Amino acid sequence: MEHYISLFVRSVFIENMALAFFLGMCTFIAISKKVETAIGLGIAVIVVQTITVPANNLIYTWLLRDGALAWAGLPDVDLSFLGLLSYIGVIAAIVQILEMLLDKFVPSLYNALGVFLPLITVNCAIMAGSLFMVERDYNLAESTVYGIGSGASWALAIALLAGIREKLKYSDVPEGLQGLGITFITIGLMSLGFMSFSGVQL
Amino acid sequence: MTLRSYLDSLEHHFEKGGKHEKWYALYEAVDTFFYRPRLVTRTTAHVRDGLDLKRMMITVWLCTFPAMFFGMWNVGYQANTILAGSSELMAAQQDWQIGLIGMLAGFDPGSVWDNFVHGAAYFLPIYLVTFVVGGAWEVLFASIRRHEVNEGFFVTSVLFALTCPPSVPLWQVALGISFGVVIGKEVFGGTGKNFLNPALTGRAFMFFAYPAQMSGDAVWTAVDGYTGATPLANAAAGGVDQIVSGGVSWMSAFLGTIHGSVGETSALAILIGGGVLLIMKIASWRIVLGVMIGMIAMSLLFNAIGSDTNPMFAMPWYWHLVVGGFAFGMMFMATDPVSASMTNTGKWIFGAFIGIMVVLIRVVNPAFPEGMMLAILFGNLCAPLIDHFVVQANIKRRLARNV
Repeated sequence: MEHYISLFVRSVFIENMALAFFLGMCTFIAISKKVETAIGLGIAVIVVQTITVPANNLIYTWLLRDGALAWAGLPDVDLSFLGLLSYIGVIAAIVQILEMLLDKFVPSLYNALGVFLPLITVNCAIMAGSLFMVERDYNLAESTVYGIGSGASWALAIALLAGIREKLKYSDVPEGLQGLGITFITIGLMSLGFMSFSGVQL
Repeated sequence: MTLRSYLDSLEHHFEKGGKHEKWYALYEAVDTFFYRPRLVTRTTAHVRDGLDLKRMMITVWLCTFPAMFFGMWNVGYQANTILAGSSELMAAQQDWQIGLIGMLAGFDPGSVWDNFVHGAAYFLPIYLVTFVVGGAWEVLFASIRRHEVNEGFFVTSVLFALTCPPSVPLWQVALGISFGVVIGKEVFGGTGKNFLNPALTGRAFMFFAYPAQMSGDAVWTAVDGYTGATPLANAAAGGVDQIVSGGVSWMSAFLGTIHGSVGETSALAILIGGGVLLIMKIASWRIVLGVMIGMIAMSLLFNAIGSDTNPMFAMPWYWHLVVGGFAFGMMFMATDPVSASMTNTGKWIFGAFIGIMVVLIRVVNPAFPEGMMLAILFGNLCAPLIDHFVVQANIKRRLARNV
């Protein structure tokens, strides 16, 4: 149990997807103007991560890994070169299903997220979750925890950024830096704050 | 000719159309430093705060004086004590300050004057560099962007200088304050519009850019060639017992006669200055109390959990209070009205959060022995979101009441 808690804490704070690895920047910057929308997107990312990382873990363990097809009588087959392709496919399918569900049951969130929900498909944070899972050799339970944690880390970061950007509406930014420029500076300063966790050993 | 009429006679040069129009911000800063501003604030000075910012900031500046003067004496006292104990170290000192101190005073740790001069010879250059470099940025931005030079910079500069170790190279001070003032504050439009405490931003920049001098593992002292472990590093290695066997009792840590950054050592001097701020309602008592409660609760929790391998778990809360930058950060940094939470409920949460974080970093993060600076920065990041939720909860409650 302790192992899973420490994995979760590490993936949320120390290896924060957005502020330590700077992944998923396009949606991170584009959808962080309002806290409500940001939290909605954050929840969508948590859900997608929680489903896709373990799903990809199953595919990797039972189909793609070197020798994974032993159960089908093919112990010498190594399909891991198909990894990128299959993970993207799984993510795309799951996002599509999620989009239909949101459209049906939570239309307000569906409208607020607009084009960015389909864009989660190509969000590098989502892809990175699956790739980190493969690289670090997580088993199914670990990859579930890691999926929740890495999604939560991204959601936390975007909620914090949206809060700060709502506050910064009252600021007086020099012309050349308005918009994207100041947002990048803000994100840089945020990851300075997140440095407080670097080095924590759990 | 009095100063007032002299300033008046100069004024027309700086007004619109005058030959020094560009320097109006500088003129205005000098004028309002000596006299009451002619234009009194009619509406709120701040988007969300109605207090006159200039006088408020000057009060904070004055309230750091007990910590500052005590800090100068203490830097000298620590250095002189070491030097008195070893004539080899005395002969090995190369700093230019030594000659100056020799001219003005001696090196006797028992003499208040000698200690004070020794400390001032190290602290004043740091403060001067902070003030000149940071002030230059402030004036530059004020002239070009046409906002006034704000007294907020007085506070930023003195807080920044007080968190510097006495031995810090001056070029690092210049870089740190530049980063703090420009990136931490001015790119957002100046005082009141930033979201991180500018003094801490600059300090954190130095901390991560020059870890060799800044990490806080070894003591900061004004003597070349002397090293020792800080109380917090000792505590990480062997708990409170090792702090005490390292020669630091709780009382000396409370009074501040220990090595450390210039302004942070004496919890007593900080509490005096901070007490004045609390009485004048400039610092928010909710934040201060929140930080205390969070810190006490978290350290009691760690005490209860206990650990065989990490002696920091057993460190009691009254030790957390007196070592490192805790007291200084709680009184002067966390209470910064710009970067803290704005709502009353939010201030409680914000404070408690910082208190919890600081103990957490000190205890479970072996990379950083000191956690106050990083805890407050992290608190600053969360403050807007905390406010958002508090406001939403208020809206919900009122809606429910009026149905």
